[in-house]
Amino acid sequence: MTTLTMVEAVRSALMTEMERDDRVMVLGEDVGKLGGVYRATEGLIERFGPDRVFDTPIAEASIIGASVGLAASGVIPVAELQFLGFGHLAFHQVAHQLARLRYRSRGKLTAPVTIRAPFGGGVRALEIHSDAYESMYANVPGLKVVAPATAHDAKGMLLASIRDEDPVLFLEPLRGYRLIKDEVPDGDYTVELGKARIAREGNDITLIAWSGMVPQAERAADTLASEGISAEVIDLRSITPLDVDTLATSVAKTGRAVIIQEGPLSSGFAAEVATTIAEEVFYSLEAPVQRVAGPDTPYPFAAALEDFYLPGQSRILGAARKALSA
Amino acid sequence: METIKTESPPDTLADKQRFGGHGENIVAPILQADGTLAAGAECPMDDDQVQEVLSLMIRSRLIDERGVSYQRQGRIGTFSENRGQEGASAGSAMALNAETDWVVQSYRELPVLLRQGMPLEQYWTLFIGHPDGWGFPEGVNVWPLQIELGAQMPHAVGMAWGFKRQQRPGVVVGYIGDGATSEGDFYEAGNLAGVTKAPVVFFVQNNGWAISTPRERQTAASSIAAKAAGWGMPSYIVDGNDVFAVYSVMREAVARARNGEGATLIEAQTYRVGAHNTSDAPSRYRTEDGADAIARTDPLVRLRTYATSLGLWDADRDAALTESTYIEIDEAFKVAHERAKVRTPSMLFDHVYADPPARTIRQRETIEKEFDQ
Ligand SMILES: Cc1ncc(C[n+]2csc(CCOP(=O)(O)OP(=O)(O)O)c2C)c(N)n1
Repeated sequence: MTTLTMVEAVRSALMTEMERDDRVMVLGEDVGKLGGVYRATEGLIERFGPDRVFDTPIAEASIIGASVGLAASGVIPVAELQFLGFGHLAFHQVAHQLARLRYRSRGKLTAPVTIRAPFGGGVRALEIHSDAYESMYANVPGLKVVAPATAHDAKGMLLASIRDEDPVLFLEPLRGYRLIKDEVPDGDYTVELGKARIAREGNDITLIAWSGMVPQAERAADTLASEGISAEVIDLRSITPLDVDTLATSVAKTGRAVIIQEGPLSSGFAAEVATTIAEEVFYSLEAPVQRVAGPDTPYPFAAALEDFYLPGQSRILGAARKALSA
Repeated sequence: METIKTESPPDTLADKQRFGGHGENIVAPILQADGTLAAGAECPMDDDQVQEVLSLMIRSRLIDERGVSYQRQGRIGTFSENRGQEGASAGSAMALNAETDWVVQSYRELPVLLRQGMPLEQYWTLFIGHPDGWGFPEGVNVWPLQIELGAQMPHAVGMAWGFKRQQRPGVVVGYIGDGATSEGDFYEAGNLAGVTKAPVVFFVQNNGWAISTPRERQTAASSIAAKAAGWGMPSYIVDGNDVFAVYSVMREAVARARNGEGATLIEAQTYRVGAHNTSDAPSRYRTEDGADAIARTDPLVRLRTYATSLGLWDADRDAALTESTYIEIDEAFKVAHERAKVRTPSMLFDHVYADPPARTIRQRETIEKEFDQ
């Protein structure tokens, strides 16, 4: 065990898997000498050379599109999108080509591609660098979307993603790259995709979050605990497939749920979680399910406004109190 | 293969749109419109190959004609024919080694699919509208047809690049229409092919039209081939109705790819004789009708005239091939028709995931129950 930051855990997973399986290759913008703009791929080119750690032209559609072809040829590509916001320039290749290759070729061709992308705000980044677009990808059949919140899970889930026979979009919290730090096993291990993590047990209310919003949910749980309220915190870890059982079991126990997402409220993934809770455990609910989210506005390009946009403690605690008082 | 370094096109490239002008290589004509070889030109194929490519073109033409009539009878869905483009399609396919080389198709390359070994019943199964038509059997190195124009080109580059990285044999050909070359994916893929020196060939079938939009509207460039210069990739313009010239330039491009010299773009200038597909109404946007067009450009007549003049072909062979092809078509359609009867709701879920999530499994069970009587 070593204490690693989120970005170090990502790097450790890439190192581990490239060492173990020489079919694995990393490609993307500035992933080589620079080691990626967040250094997630630092040291890889020295170890594995420029053929396996490939600096691509700046062209997202062909980074993903070529990964589809590479995978069909027997390579296992780990493609980096420099920011998820630029994924739209490749969205058709992700949704129509990558995620459907198995389906449209009736199983003849498969695409075990992992796409890594940082997402989410909180670091005063430029326009389009902070948007949390996971819900758009969650609506794509054939694609798994995962968003771990700890360094431990980042390494284990990235290893699981690369070994998955199907494509996985692996989302990394920009804000958590260096802030998130925890104990990570040194060697090889995987964390199963599609399984949520109970970050904290509790009985009175369930706070549900993923990626960068998990630490926020935990802080809110601390505050509630100081008031004598026991909050359970669920870290979804996987957006799709969604761990319905863990959600249902928790809310059946607590009767109250608050879902916290960074992206705009309307049609965000929190809506999917809320509906799932309603379908599964409606009669256990003692209060309407609450959603905490960014407003339905563009992510602010002015750093001055970022703190107004992002769900913070006051909004989360407000929603929790509303649920608790019902 | 000979190329002409000139600003003006050879005579056989009759249409005004078929001009190079930015230093693209123009492939010298071999098989002229009257079915004779151009002065000084040699046939690049041996006698067996001439018979093979002619048979391929004839079979393809007959299958196309039947496809259109099946569609009119309501036996299959929307159908796009290759008619008139057989010189470009079959000529290029003849340069491939079907065992190692891969085709990343667009949707109008019937002769290429046949040459790569596609069983005809699969083609009919596809157009009947059954999912089995999409999956090519093991050993038939063809990707599923592409509906999203241009999206196939990065796949071709990626696969070729992957072969190169793994030192696996195999050249990959990405087929694309003139209209689809306006898509961003075409440019991104061409650029990446240049950078990676992937063993790929970009084969552009410039048939003059993209549904109703003429080639001049797609680009102000003098040719589509001219675009390759921006990717550091050699490119050629060839008369797509001259099957020998197509074959010879393709053979050279494939050899370059095999030798590690990277990608080539070939623009085969041909003509879409028929409608875009069976739902299209060409009289709304062009005056020339199919009969006039095919009389003017037909690559099949050219080759048949040539082969006949050499004693490699005659009316008896023609009749025998026509008869056997009709039998092949009928039998393949019967097989496809039977295959397509098997349709279950669970097929919606086949091949979506290697390991389907619990929720998807539940959805499958629900839909199965809904349709279970
Ligand atoms: C991305 C995308 N945009 C639009 C269409 C609709 N569409 C189908 S075929 C076609 C014309 C294509 O022309 P071209 O590439 O020249 O090929 P051709 O049909 O002439 O062989 C269009 C616009 C599509 N299938 N995909």
